[in-house]
Amino acid sequence: MQTLTQRLANPTRFMELSRRILPWISGLAALTLASGLYLAFFVAPPDYQQGETVKIMFIHVPAAWLSMMGYLIIAVSSFGLLVFRHPLADVSAKAAAPIGAAFTFLALVTGSLWGKPMWGAYWVWDARLTSVLILFFLYIGQIALRSALDEDPALAGKLTAVLGLVGVVILPVIRFSVDWWNTLHQPASVLRVGGPAIHPSILVPLLVMAVGFTLLFFAMHLKAMRNEILRRRVRSLTMAEVERAARFEVRTAE
Amino acid sequence: MTSIWALIKRDLLLAARDGGATGTALGFYLIVIALMPLGLGPDMQLLSRIAPGVLWIGLLLAALLSLGRMFDTDQDEGVLEALATGPLPLELVAAAKALAHWISSCVPLAILAPVLGLLLNLDLAAYPILVGTVLVGSPAISFLGCVGAALTLRSRRGGLLIALLVLPLYIPTLIFGISAISAVVTPPGSLEASLLLLSAVTIASLVIGPIAAAAALRAQLG
Amino acid sequence: MDLGPHAAFIWASYAVVALVIALLIAWLIADGRQQQRRLEQLEARGVRRRSARQPFQDGGTA
Repeated sequence: MQTLTQRLANPTRFMELSRRILPWISGLAALTLASGLYLAFFVAPPDYQQGETVKIMFIHVPAAWLSMMGYLIIAVSSFGLLVFRHPLADVSAKAAAPIGAAFTFLALVTGSLWGKPMWGAYWVWDARLTSVLILFFLYIGQIALRSALDEDPALAGKLTAVLGLVGVVILPVIRFSVDWWNTLHQPASVLRVGGPAIHPSILVPLLVMAVGFTLLFFAMHLKAMRNEILRRRVRSLTMAEVERAARFEVRTAE
Repeated sequence: MTSIWALIKRDLLLAARDGGATGTALGFYLIVIALMPLGLGPDMQLLSRIAPGVLWIGLLLAALLSLGRMFDTDQDEGVLEALATGPLPLELVAAAKALAHWISSCVPLAILAPVLGLLLNLDLAAYPILVGTVLVGSPAISFLGCVGAALTLRSRRGGLLIALLVLPLYIPTLIFGISAISAVVTPPGSLEASLLLLSAVTIASLVIGPIAAAAALRAQLG
Repeated sequence: MDLGPHAAFIWASYAVVALVIALLIAWLIADGRQQQRRLEQLEARGVRRRSARQPFQDGGTA
């Protein structure tokens, strides 16, 4: 009785399964996002404190959540590679990095655009935004390390996995220290979203958007994994071709 | 036990003979701190307010300079491969090298820091705390830094890449170090809590650093 | 639709998100097509997988 991950370990089977699932996930994502957008713009009322700018929250919060989930995927994949030597672990980690980094970037930009009308500044060093910024650094590190080792993809996979695990262990410490730092330097009143409790008319669109974006992330991650598997096949075949040509030359030279 | 000491002594001797590394780090530290008033203006009050942060950040950057060489010279001579297959576990080898880095880089920088504090009009009460937090926090710089050094062994982009990978990891040390100094200079603040957290991060780095570095080294030497 | 005095920020946020996601999707699709094309070219040239080389490493092809 094989577990799901064991059954998916075979790249060919993964390609087959993902080919069938991908259209459904993409369609579901599009549907959910469409409903979310409708709810956000036609149903959700303005917040009593922030007015209509609360609508930015409907994309900022999911982006921030996905930036964290992306790094979690990298961490789990790194663990899968180093501990279980799962054949698709590295593919998963490599695929997740640019997508996660993109959502981190979006979290930062939307956070900034939300901050300007709210707090009067395009950037404030509050605990959450600062943590997302640091998460962005961790993503950049992953991508930079992998690209610095692009001649040896297997090694790149292992080293980025080590970096990923170190990062995920230090991340809560960083988060805690940033919260600590933030309470030391009391910033000007940081408005909490929607006051003491979030009204359901704002919570529901938020959740729908969060689910929609998460489905979108999964769809993109699957597609990126498929691309990476194809890329590796191309690479192996190219190397095999070069090797065959070299052997042929040697034989004809003799 | 003796082999670990031998390893540490060997690294320290190498660092001493090539006095350049420590000297360069100290010189860099001095120049960076001297640039601050030049860039921010000589207002003594402003400088004394930012002094703890600036001194800490300058120290981080200066210590970063010598990280790249931690495994470098050994790799060229094949010593690293010999060590990897030797009796000592690779984790202890990495720990020994990190310790040697701490002694040869961070400790001299920690001694220079209060002197540079004079340039920045650092609060008098802050001097002992500055040295204390640096001594307690800087092992994290060496031990987390050795992970960066191990990861970039084969990479051409060495120094800058190490900085990119490792600086985010230094953030907790930086924050707790500064908060300890602030607690003394601008009360209220919890000196004890800051020092405890700082020590906790350092202790964690003593474990995480060598383990991760050894894993990275093994992937590249195997 | 009146989105209040800060409407520009709201539109800008949604625009940025839409743009970045569109770019991501476009890249994913284009990259996939490129790899597929290269694969077909290689297979047309008669290069087969599992040639007489050593087994592929983890993360490589099956």
